[in-house]
Amino acid sequence: MTPKSIAMQTRRQLLRDFLTWLKENLFSPWYNALITIVSAAVIYVALKGILHWVFYGAKWGVVTTNLRLFAVGPYPTDQLWRVWLALGLALVLGGLSWGAWGGRSLVALILVIPFLVVFWLAPITPAAKRNWTVVLFLFVLSSAVAEFVRPLRKPLQKILPFAWLVAFFVTLVLLHGFKGSQRLPLVETGLWGGLLLTILLAVVAIVLSFPIGVLLALGRRSSLPIVKLFSIFYIELIRGVPLVTVLFMAQIMLPLFLPPNLRIDKVLRAMAGMTLFAAAYLAENVRGGLQAIPKGQYEAAQALGLNYYQTMRYIILPQALRAVIPAIVGQFISLFKDTSLVAIVGLLDLLSIALSVIAQPQWIGLQREVFAFIGVIYWIFCYAMSYASRRLEVKLGVGVR
Amino acid sequence: MHRKVFILMLGLLVLLVVLGACASGSQEKQLVTMEVTKEVTVIVTKEVPAAAAKSKLDVVMERGKLICGVNANLPGFGYLDQNGQYAGFDIDFCKALAAALFDDPSKVEYRPLTAKERFTAVQTGEVDVLIRNTTWTLSRDTSVGMDFAPTTFYDGQGIMVRKADNIKSLEDLQGATICVSTGTTTELNLADQMRAHGIDYTPVVFETADATFGAYEEGRCDAVTTDKSGLVSRKSLLKNPEEHVILDVTLSKEPLSPAVLQGDSKWLDVVKWVVFATFQAEEFGITSQNVDDFKNSDNPGIRRFLGLEGDLGKGLGLTNDFAYRVIKHVGNYAEIYDRNLGPNTPFNLPRGPNSLWTDGGLLYSPPFR
Repeated sequence: MTPKSIAMQTRRQLLRDFLTWLKENLFSPWYNALITIVSAAVIYVALKGILHWVFYGAKWGVVTTNLRLFAVGPYPTDQLWRVWLALGLALVLGGLSWGAWGGRSLVALILVIPFLVVFWLAPITPAAKRNWTVVLFLFVLSSAVAEFVRPLRKPLQKILPFAWLVAFFVTLVLLHGFKGSQRLPLVETGLWGGLLLTILLAVVAIVLSFPIGVLLALGRRSSLPIVKLFSIFYIELIRGVPLVTVLFMAQIMLPLFLPPNLRIDKVLRAMAGMTLFAAAYLAENVRGGLQAIPKGQYEAAQALGLNYYQTMRYIILPQALRAVIPAIVGQFISLFKDTSLVAIVGLLDLLSIALSVIAQPQWIGLQREVFAFIGVIYWIFCYAMSYASRRLEVKLGVGVR
Repeated sequence: MHRKVFILMLGLLVLLVVLGACASGSQEKQLVTMEVTKEVTVIVTKEVPAAAAKSKLDVVMERGKLICGVNANLPGFGYLDQNGQYAGFDIDFCKALAAALFDDPSKVEYRPLTAKERFTAVQTGEVDVLIRNTTWTLSRDTSVGMDFAPTTFYDGQGIMVRKADNIKSLEDLQGATICVSTGTTTELNLADQMRAHGIDYTPVVFETADATFGAYEEGRCDAVTTDKSGLVSRKSLLKNPEEHVILDVTLSKEPLSPAVLQGDSKWLDVVKWVVFATFQAEEFGITSQNVDDFKNSDNPGIRRFLGLEGDLGKGLGLTNDFAYRVIKHVGNYAEIYDRNLGPNTPFNLPRGPNSLWTDGGLLYSPPFR
């Protein structure tokens, strides 16, 4: 046999395999064939309608002219460099973390390319294109540094969690600025908006609710009656009301109880409300993890002479938290989506900005385009979070014992 | 031990049920908020005399900027433009106030407010003035604790139907389904009017105006109702505008007015006369373009108005040229109207009742003297 005929034969073989696979999985017995045909028809009709709308029906001008508004809301134009700096900081740390925990910088590069293409094709200012290129390049570069400079890895893994925490507060200060400062003038939180505000709300709630949640979980399992009672009361109280109620409470009721000259910032109130809300749910997730730890672990820790703090810090919590990563990440994802609720208390998050864009006189009636666009944005962020959690699980070997 | 836990849980359960009942269903929630607002209003109004020593005017001047409660997503009245700047009819009145106070229309901090939280924001002093398409009603003027400045926009609820259905009056809507946005007063007005006329109808309620009009266009209801300004602007966006007609009935009066906290007449006067200044400027024919030419006018009325003679502004606690500032920076009423709702905008709203009294409308400014 000639090589050519072998190739032909393997190709025929492949085709035959494919057909058998089709027959076995989609077309037998007869009712499966029927279901396949009906589903294919439905998918075809739906897809055709959607694609036709996306490429011919939709007026995407409403999105492209308002990209900056979606990104940062009414944040002052001449102060935008602060947002870029914050983004750069986050992406450098992200790249370092990627590399330090075994991510390949090549994969990072491949991941970055579609974003680069999108940003270069997008109708944004040349300065914005340049800035995106720089920050994405920084991401890849820092991941490469962490990957290839071997001696850096161990210290990086130690430092990075703290670096993230510091960066978090630095970012808040950077975006907010100081009253009367020349270099870093005050940007009222009322001017924070769009995706920026959505991410900040989510990140603040996630970062701050975590320690509170863990403490509440420990408190609920504590043998001290007052601590235990307080934790139970708090958790059940918060879990008994919808997030909207908590937000209304923070926005509308709280100012009435405070003395007239004490004004707490509106965004801050929403952040506090979301944090307290998330903490209660997180506490229950963590408690689930704590209960899964066999008693022998506690006894072993006691036998070693560890005190309560040491037992929790070195024995119990690392195992408990590891076990509940999927639940916690699921909660964080829903928290990210829940930030859209602040639109009904008058904050300019991504959803609220979308509503405002629809109200622009030249774009009235184009709500489909706008909602489709922010839907995609929400999806990208939520999927990124769930992808990161899966990697984290693999890294920590959850499920593999 | 078990019994104790059981009792504790039972107590918590009762608490949760009570809280849950308060929270479930937006209608109920709104009622609860309203009740609470009313209760609190009493406290606030009681406090005012003590605090009245310092007017909001002094607070605002000291702060160096105005905090204006606005709507961030109402076409024509308040929205963010693509540069992230607030724009719209209501926004222009915030700017006019800032121009009068500081000679700088940009010295405003905008607070986007929802319909539910707007009055609380005024009561707690979170905003200095509420210019957010708010209808002036008796209860809001009294028990809710607001004081209203002159109406900047006279609106009224109307009904739009398809021409083909041959509906001419409310009575023809017997048994019809009507699309309506949930929220402030639209839904209630519809119910009131239909009950008064003894007409049976099925309301189809939506959260947003977009959804309401989308449903009407898809033919899910026979008629759609909202404020007439909204109907006119939405009609132009329907696929075949000429196939629809706005009925010649007005279900309610909706005078949209700026509001401030009750009991601060010094501050109310400022808001009032800034609004009047825009009316009076149109009556005098003074625009942002020609206001400087009028500085040479011999007309004593105009000279007083622009602060060239007399001490009108001082009496308000402002500078004498406050009206000049308003016109120079923002324009007269006609300019504000045309910029946001006039023929060059997609809305192309006829002035109607929002014309000067000299043109048969309702805009009337007391004399500046």
